[in-house]
Amino acid sequence: MARATSPRRKALTTLAAWSVALVIFFPVLWMILTSFKTEPSAVAMPPQLFTADWTLENYAEVWQRSDYPRFFWNSVVLSLGSTLLGLAVAIPAAWAMAFVPGKRTKDLLMWMLSTKMMPAVAVMIPLYLVFLKLKLIDTHIGLVLALMLMNLPIIVWMLYTYFKEIPSEILEAARMDGAGVFKEIAYVLTPMALPGIASTLLLNVILAWNEAFWTIILTTTKAAPLSAFIASFSAPQGLFYAKLSAASTMAIAPILILGWFSQKQLVRGLTFGAVK
Amino acid sequence: MKMTQRALLGATVSLALCGAAMAETTITVATVNNGDMVRMQGLMDDFYAKHPDIKVEWVTLEENVLRQNVTTDIATGGGQYDVITIGTYEVPIWGKQGWLESLNDLPADYDVDDLLPAIRGGLTVDGNLYASPFYGESSFVNYRKDLAEKAGITISDAPTWDEIKAAAAAMTDTEAGIYGICLRGKAGWGENMAFLTTMANSYGARWFDENWVPQFDQPEWKAVMTDYVELLTKYGPPGASNNGYNENLTLSLQGKCAMRMDATVSAGALTDPAQSEFADKVGFALAPDAGLGKRANWLWAWSLAIPASSDAKEASKTFINWATNKDYLALVASKEGWRNAPPGTRTSLYANAEYAALPFAKMTIDSINAADPTNPTVKPVPYVGVQFVAIPEFAGLATSVGEIFSAALAGQKTVDEALAEAQALSVSEMTAAGYIK
Repeated sequence: MARATSPRRKALTTLAAWSVALVIFFPVLWMILTSFKTEPSAVAMPPQLFTADWTLENYAEVWQRSDYPRFFWNSVVLSLGSTLLGLAVAIPAAWAMAFVPGKRTKDLLMWMLSTKMMPAVAVMIPLYLVFLKLKLIDTHIGLVLALMLMNLPIIVWMLYTYFKEIPSEILEAARMDGAGVFKEIAYVLTPMALPGIASTLLLNVILAWNEAFWTIILTTTKAAPLSAFIASFSAPQGLFYAKLSAASTMAIAPILILGWFSQKQLVRGLTFGAVK
Repeated sequence: MKMTQRALLGATVSLALCGAAMAETTITVATVNNGDMVRMQGLMDDFYAKHPDIKVEWVTLEENVLRQNVTTDIATGGGQYDVITIGTYEVPIWGKQGWLESLNDLPADYDVDDLLPAIRGGLTVDGNLYASPFYGESSFVNYRKDLAEKAGITISDAPTWDEIKAAAAAMTDTEAGIYGICLRGKAGWGENMAFLTTMANSYGARWFDENWVPQFDQPEWKAVMTDYVELLTKYGPPGASNNGYNENLTLSLQGKCAMRMDATVSAGALTDPAQSEFADKVGFALAPDAGLGKRANWLWAWSLAIPASSDAKEASKTFINWATNKDYLALVASKEGWRNAPPGTRTSLYANAEYAALPFAKMTIDSINAADPTNPTVKPVPYVGVQFVAIPEFAGLATSVGEIFSAALAGQKTVDEALAEAQALSVSEMTAAGYIK
């Protein structure tokens, strides 16, 4: 039975929620405001949240100095490509683990997750050499593969959790009606787990979009995404904070907008099965 | 029929030859994001007008990311980059490894003898020039002349450490937000350790003795660290252990550092009225000494080099010749004034009357000439490098030592504790690396 909430308690909860949201969003807000400042204002001491000399010059210069559309397109290809390929591999894998588990399925899942605990830099040289040998450096296909493999444990785990919520009797009924494995996954399981699959897709697009280790190491010019675009404006010896902020804002804007519009779907998917 | 066939064959061969002649070579240039490099990218029309057959693709990265990417590529022979921007630290190490293409055969108009001897020496290994300097720098003292006057002191052109300490004490006015001295405190081999290593050179300290034994347990290092911590604790800005090049430059541009010791390359910004309202009040002096014959100034150059794995070496040499030639300095001057010409690489720049008239020109060249990478310390050492030790292990070791010294500056440990920790760490690392038998 739901507990009655007093208006005072509700107000306090709302205030706390807004405060936490503001703390989390503050760095992003600071970055966006800095992107409209002049370079001297951006590094003023003490720091100023607002300034008198707002400008759009940083955006103009960033646009003029870099091929933003190319970086943007590469980000779209890499994040969508790696996520779709990941889903194609992970859906059958998660189906097998959820509905026809073996004796070591739990161990396998744990092992998959454990690969995420390894620092990426530990495999940097081996992976770089493999990519070099296969001529995959600075190619879309190479990066799609790398990002897919990197996020695969998360995709499998998320899908496994969603699939476990689906009664196996429904799939059995489909089998009784003569459905093969492909039809069972494509026409019965997938539609039922669509909210979960959609949130997995969205989350992995975001993860792939924001990935900034491999995408910088394994690219130079042709396949470099927006993470490399941001890196090109980063300078420890030089006062380019305003331009760096403008570049960062341009890089995160598409994914921020996507996240904003799909937040309902994301939250629904992420809390799917949380309450029984 | 035969005639037609011949004509067609001839046309095809001609087209193929034309195509070969017009074939475009694409080179990938990896560089850092700083004002001079950005300016070069804006002047590429001049290069394309002279070399329409070469296309340049830029990969601009933050210094540490660039170092990581380029090192990975060059060590594995990846061949992703045709021209790389590297520092004076990497050149002797990579040159010895055979990872870089020699630039001894650049055209005569490159005028290799015009390069500043100290800078050229730092980029040459066994008689081979492995990188061409794009801009070079040393370090010096910049100070506010108005504050010195107000405090009734004068800072000589070649000060001693005692003079610097007295000046810092006299000019500090914390109530007015004026700090007597700003020095690098942020941990990192290129941050606080770059400064501390040069300070150590002037105090007679050294990283290693002739047998590669670390020297942090010697009295010279104790004197360095005691004075450094005291200077910044008494007269430095709050949170000095977090301040690196950028933070101190910002404070100086705002007039809050009465005195600062850092890169000569910042002189352009400090004397630019568009960037600082104190631009006309800035004075310069050589880095101080302690009467032992070595000044506390470093030597650094961002240079262009060609990895041995590049498959477009000739086009890359053409680009490097354009970007680091005397004509390029004149090109920058014609478009953006002499103040913006990349400093610290060529003798002819300092012989130019217009450039020599700039307030920082003489002190910059004197500082560069005062640095000797092959003989950096008072006592003999087995290494080259002024603010670094040109061995592959140095970057990691110095960053760790830098963290220890930054903690001492922040008051988290005493000078004695920091030096003992640095000594133990260095001995362990150098033993593991095989330098100490």
